[in-house]
Amino acid sequence: MKMTREEALRSLILRIAGVFAVVFGAGLLFTFEYPPVVSVQTGYRGVALEQNFHPARLETLAAANQVPAPQDPADPDAAPASEVYQNVQVLGDLNENEFIRVMTAMTEWVSPEQGCTYCHAEGEELSSDSLYTKVVARRMLQMTRDINVNWQPHVAQTGVTCYTCHRGKPVPSQVWFNEPGQPHARGVLGDPAGQNQPAMLAGLASLPFDPLTPFLTGGGKDAGIRVSSDTALPSGNRSSIKQTEWTYSLMIHMSESLGVNCTYCHNSRSFRDWGQSSPTRTTAWHGIQMTRGLNADYLEPLQGVFPANRLGPLGDVPKVACSTCHEGVYKPLYGVSMLKDYPELAKAGGITGVPVQPASPVAPEPGPAQTPGSAQPPSSGQPAQ
Amino acid sequence: MVEYQNIFTQVQVRGPAYAGVPLTRGPWVRSWKPRFVHLLGRIGDAQLGPVYLGWSGFASILCGLIAFEIIGLNMWASVNWDPVQFIRQLPWLALEPPAPVYGLSIPPLAEGGWWIMTGFFLTTSIMLWWLRTYRRARALGIGTHVSWAFAAAIWLYLVLGLIRPVLMGSWAEAVPFGIFPHLDWTAAFSIRYGNLFYNPFHMLSIVFLYGSTLLFAMHGATVLAISRFGGEREVEQIVDRGTAFERGALFWRWTMGFNATAESIHRWAWWFAVLCPLTGGIGILLTGTVVDNWFLWGVKHGLAPEYPHLFPVVTDPALLQGRP
Repeated sequence: MKMTREEALRSLILRIAGVFAVVFGAGLLFTFEYPPVVSVQTGYRGVALEQNFHPARLETLAAANQVPAPQDPADPDAAPASEVYQNVQVLGDLNENEFIRVMTAMTEWVSPEQGCTYCHAEGEELSSDSLYTKVVARRMLQMTRDINVNWQPHVAQTGVTCYTCHRGKPVPSQVWFNEPGQPHARGVLGDPAGQNQPAMLAGLASLPFDPLTPFLTGGGKDAGIRVSSDTALPSGNRSSIKQTEWTYSLMIHMSESLGVNCTYCHNSRSFRDWGQSSPTRTTAWHGIQMTRGLNADYLEPLQGVFPANRLGPLGDVPKVACSTCHEGVYKPLYGVSMLKDYPELAKAGGITGVPVQPASPVAPEPGPAQTPGSAQPPSSGQPAQ
Repeated sequence: MVEYQNIFTQVQVRGPAYAGVPLTRGPWVRSWKPRFVHLLGRIGDAQLGPVYLGWSGFASILCGLIAFEIIGLNMWASVNWDPVQFIRQLPWLALEPPAPVYGLSIPPLAEGGWWIMTGFFLTTSIMLWWLRTYRRARALGIGTHVSWAFAAAIWLYLVLGLIRPVLMGSWAEAVPFGIFPHLDWTAAFSIRYGNLFYNPFHMLSIVFLYGSTLLFAMHGATVLAISRFGGEREVEQIVDRGTAFERGALFWRWTMGFNATAESIHRWAWWFAVLCPLTGGIGILLTGTVVDNWFLWGVKHGLAPEYPHLFPVVTDPALLQGRP
């Protein structure tokens, strides 16, 4: 049977369309999470207060959140570490054995491959601060104690250790930097207004791509996260829809970081209403305050200590956000407390008044001064707080 | 006998190309030589053209093209003129309205000026296209129902992009031109104004939206079901007993007691379709201007019931004394 020209053309068009459909369809399939999805009801029936879990993903997460075995207990009979070692600024209230035990644990948690020399320069006195890593580690010890003592509204008695964030890596995998966004044309065309590209920090939404700088850094204290009104009728709330998108982006970041839905904290019928929210929202609220405080008090002051290769594209220090500890899990390490085996990390002593050591000549050049980047929420008057 | 039973029209009756009724006035004539496309014949009439362009059509397409180009070039520039990233990230890209700080003033081109210019050209284009539908209907001597249905959609468009932003005193309230970004805008709009689902006009709009699809399905299914007896040629059958058309009416009378008529079903459909953007536009217009939190408005008017608490009631920690 001979095809006419029109039939041949039609057949060709159909084949091309078929190939396109198959390629596109197969590509699309990879974007889905496969069933089953487990749904757990957490509130009153019919109000959609529920959490969705993907069992296959849970297995991966569970495997990635195993806690290392604690070090053997230290003999309590020993001299104070401050008498045995020099330049012990934070853990001087420990005895020698406890001190060595914490040092050993830190090596296991932070630099298992690099060992002691990651912080203590080879061939130098242990007391030497010549490596920037030691200066940073000291500051992080202070931070850990501060969290465990002063931020219990967020971390409760579970507390944190170095491992909560580090997970055996010198740099935690989920630190973040001020995000300049993708390169765009300079001049009059193509200003993305801080959004409208896949936002890595906000679940690939086209929402503002750096919701963390305005809300979770020291400069973010005045940024209004709350945008909804407390009254049915207009009463002076000038929060804009654009501002709402910044809040929305931050919330997506929190949701992604904890591996939970909005309804883990909120009743979605009224996001602002505390009376209908789950108690987890209070914990999360303290988490926002804590993260902002940690960045302001511990990370940002390390500007000038970190070498250039540890800084972000805008020259800022690595900072913490929800994902830094949570890593996709509603409670870091599924709520297993490592702190109970290391009560030394929850002591109140020596927290304040220990200044950051200036970087020694060995440390590389400090990065450029911190720039807030282009990421600022468009403020349209006083935010509703 | 050939039947209409497939999702595609199986029968193609092809006569000589027909230019349509004579034009009574105006300098423009119909453009393009008519031709036949078999594939078009499967989904409709195989004859393509001639088209009546006219000055309004020409100006509308020109303005639309300008708006389309401004949006597209801004999107492309936002990925640094990278053609691959332009295609790859297209759903994320947008032309964003000015920041709130500019209010209703004209901002620099890079910071929302392009958005205002696009809005001007797109609105002009849409208005001209509306005029074109009106004038073509008049020229054919038919009613202007299509124009007024289109006007209902234009109402919603104008409320979102012009009327409400002007009442709010800020271009920033308007919708960005972009695929995902306009959806994010929609979600943010609802979040900012306390859950749009408690807006009664939003409820009405949803009723007419879903109602339209239901009516369209019922009507379309009825006509297809009786087409085996030639029911789609309702005009020839409308006054007779026992025709395919009457069987369609009887089907609904037997199923639910009431049946629409050949004319009234289209009035049902037209009003449902038109009321969807009309009520929706009213709902948007009231948001932020008259009502600032729809959930609280719903509570105030007995719309939002209270549900039992399954966990301890929490209070806003920002209100507590001595917080860390």
